[in-house]
Amino acid sequence: MSTRLDVKKTYKLYIGGKFPRSESGRYLPAHGPGNVHLDNYCWASRKDFRDAVVAARAAVDGWSKATAYNRGQILYRTAEILQNRASELVTELARSTGVSAAKAKREVTLAIDRLVHFAGWTDKYAQVFGSVNPVASSHFDFTTPEPTGVVVVLPPDEPALVPLVSLTAPVILSGNAAIVLAPDKFPLPAVTFSEILATSDLPGGVVNILTGKRGDLVPHIAGHMDVNAIVDGTGDAQLGTKLQEGTAINLKRYAKHALTAVDWFTVKAEDPYWILDTVEMKTAWHPIGV
Amino acid sequence: MKTKHKAVFRRVSAKRAVAKVASLPIVPLKERRLTFGNRWDYVPAPEDSKNYVIAPRHELFINGRFVPPSTGKHFDSSNPANEEKLTEIALGGEQDVDRAVKAARRAYERVWSKMSGRERGKYIYRIARIIQEKARELAVLETMDGGKPIKETRDVDLPIVAAHFFYHAGWADKLRYAFPGRNPRPLGVAGQIIPWNFPLLMAAWKIAPAIACGNTVVIKPSKTTSITLLRLAQIFQEADLPAGVVNVVTGTGETGTAIVKHPDVNKIAFTGSTEIGKQLAQLCAGTGKRLTLELGGKAANIVFDDAPIDQAIEGIIAGIYFNMGHVCCAGSRLLVQESIFPTVVRKLRDRIQTLRIGNPLDKNTDIGAINNKPQLEKIRALVQSGADEGAEVVQPVCKLPERGYWYPPTFLTGVTASHRIAQEEVFGPVLAVMTFRTPEEAVERANNTPYGLSAGVWTDKGSKIFKIVNQLRAGVVWANTYNKFDPTSPFGGYKESGFGREGGVQGLAAYCRQD
Repeated sequence: MSTRLDVKKTYKLYIGGKFPRSESGRYLPAHGPGNVHLDNYCWASRKDFRDAVVAARAAVDGWSKATAYNRGQILYRTAEILQNRASELVTELARSTGVSAAKAKREVTLAIDRLVHFAGWTDKYAQVFGSVNPVASSHFDFTTPEPTGVVVVLPPDEPALVPLVSLTAPVILSGNAAIVLAPDKFPLPAVTFSEILATSDLPGGVVNILTGKRGDLVPHIAGHMDVNAIVDGTGDAQLGTKLQEGTAINLKRYAKHALTAVDWFTVKAEDPYWILDTVEMKTAWHPIGV
Repeated sequence: MKTKHKAVFRRVSAKRAVAKVASLPIVPLKERRLTFGNRWDYVPAPEDSKNYVIAPRHELFINGRFVPPSTGKHFDSSNPANEEKLTEIALGGEQDVDRAVKAARRAYERVWSKMSGRERGKYIYRIARIIQEKARELAVLETMDGGKPIKETRDVDLPIVAAHFFYHAGWADKLRYAFPGRNPRPLGVAGQIIPWNFPLLMAAWKIAPAIACGNTVVIKPSKTTSITLLRLAQIFQEADLPAGVVNVVTGTGETGTAIVKHPDVNKIAFTGSTEIGKQLAQLCAGTGKRLTLELGGKAANIVFDDAPIDQAIEGIIAGIYFNMGHVCCAGSRLLVQESIFPTVVRKLRDRIQTLRIGNPLDKNTDIGAINNKPQLEKIRALVQSGADEGAEVVQPVCKLPERGYWYPPTFLTGVTASHRIAQEEVFGPVLAVMTFRTPEEAVERANNTPYGLSAGVWTDKGSKIFKIVNQLRAGVVWANTYNKFDPTSPFGGYKESGFGREGGVQGLAAYCRQD
């Protein structure tokens, strides 16, 4: 009797709705606790990042023009798919980080509920944060939020899933496209999550996920002229400063959400005000008269 | 017996109809002239300025008192309309900035953050009412210090200044309604740097929301326009505003940098050029200071062929020649639909000949002085570049005063998107005129700039207004109007025109912690 050989999954980048390897051909080994080798994953290069920006930019037009209702449904479907394939992510989290299956399940369940929560904001945040303004002249004057465009999102190293979801959902629900730099330490859950996004009716390019060494890419993120905003959840002061210096290049917006590992599991990480980090308020005037 | 009246029709054959139209005399653009004779000679109507005394020397305003600067130095401030010296202004140094921040911090911790919103609001209401009382004086001082026409300072700047304090006074005790689900708190000490184009108005836009939200302020006016902010400081004294809540440190760019770099400032707000804004962003990176920037613009004013043309002309004129074009949101690029281009240019040319340029204190003056010499030189250089690059320069024939900094209202035709005059912010009374054919082209041209502060749309068709407004990447879009401001209406830019909003409920976010 011969034992059966497993067909191992290749962990690739997620760019433009497709799964390419890094154009550099580089890869890194992922290790679990006790330095056990798990799988190899792609080491994204500067060119991969630039390609991701191009894919994100191409996706923004269509995604921002989708109705809020439609975006909400797609985010909800992401939760549906994640629920259905929760066990994959539980396994991925447990073998990468060493947490118990129960803890991993708790994290995946929370990620599902977060997606459901943010799905409900798409068609409401404009009502909460927009306004009709009572100007002292004969004009109709209103303020509405619009997505800023292409946003780079950096979750912390751990927890390995919930921050990624909690940072990315408020960015994309308004119509932005995101490039997520998966944590250096635990990249595999992010890649498996990207496979869930790819089957959720989310248009290609709306979320792009890169794995590798974030430190390499930080100067290129800060310096990129076609990135509209950076959402920094790393909690790393040095990295944060380098990223924030990107504002001096092209006025890209920088928002920081440094929470403790515990706080990512609380309502502190379920904040509609995070939506405002990556929207622009537009005010329009028109005379009233006959 | 009723007679049937036969309707009488005069049939004009198609051929004759065309011939009739063709025989109308069409005067080429260049030869048309306005002939009003001496009806344009207005008698001078100067605003009374003799009763308003400008002290020969002004000091810093720190901790509720006017104090001399640690540098011991003062610099001259003059009237750009005649280059006459008006007063001497204190040159604030690093030590003075430190003193001011310490005063602001003390006032924040001991008084202002402990005071209820209701009481804070009452101080700000008082300030608004005193401003209204002294509005005429402030308007005259603003005109003399900055070169703006009295018509504008009196009728636009000052009313909105008072309105800003009045509006924000009311928010002071209602902030939890501005941030649903949150308990907002102030940030602490706010460092604010304002420009010379709307000295008092920018001061109001900065100070009012900051103190309404419970912060204290260290504010620096532009070197060339310090007088009205210092007069406002006297109004703060008159209103019994607690010492240290607002501190004014006058000086140069270096004084501003000292404020930005000070470690005990929690928030920086800056209005000025994109170039300096980027430098400030660099200085603030990694410091944890909150930052809002309100920077330059190169707004497109789009006129469609179904626009109300005469109103559009007034809107174009107001858009670029208001405040001599020293406006970040000025409609400095005119995008006019090809089919109406000859009409629009003809009307513009006639209209700019009617604009009166001269003594800013004269109530008939439409266009005042350029605020300072370097800016005048920049304007001249950019218009020259336009001519060098092949555009046609149109200026009225008018006699400019001998002393002072003056530039006539100007527009250039034959401008293309690659010309410097189409890309760089002139910050003067200069309009670049370009054409387009389709709405898609108009939007593409309008958005083809790193700036994104404002835009204008002129069309009578409602659905077109909404579509174009949606597609323009600009923080403020005026449809069938231009250059309108209100404290309830948030103002700010997209892209390299800055981030953060001033005014309205959205403008409060910059001055609160929402945790």
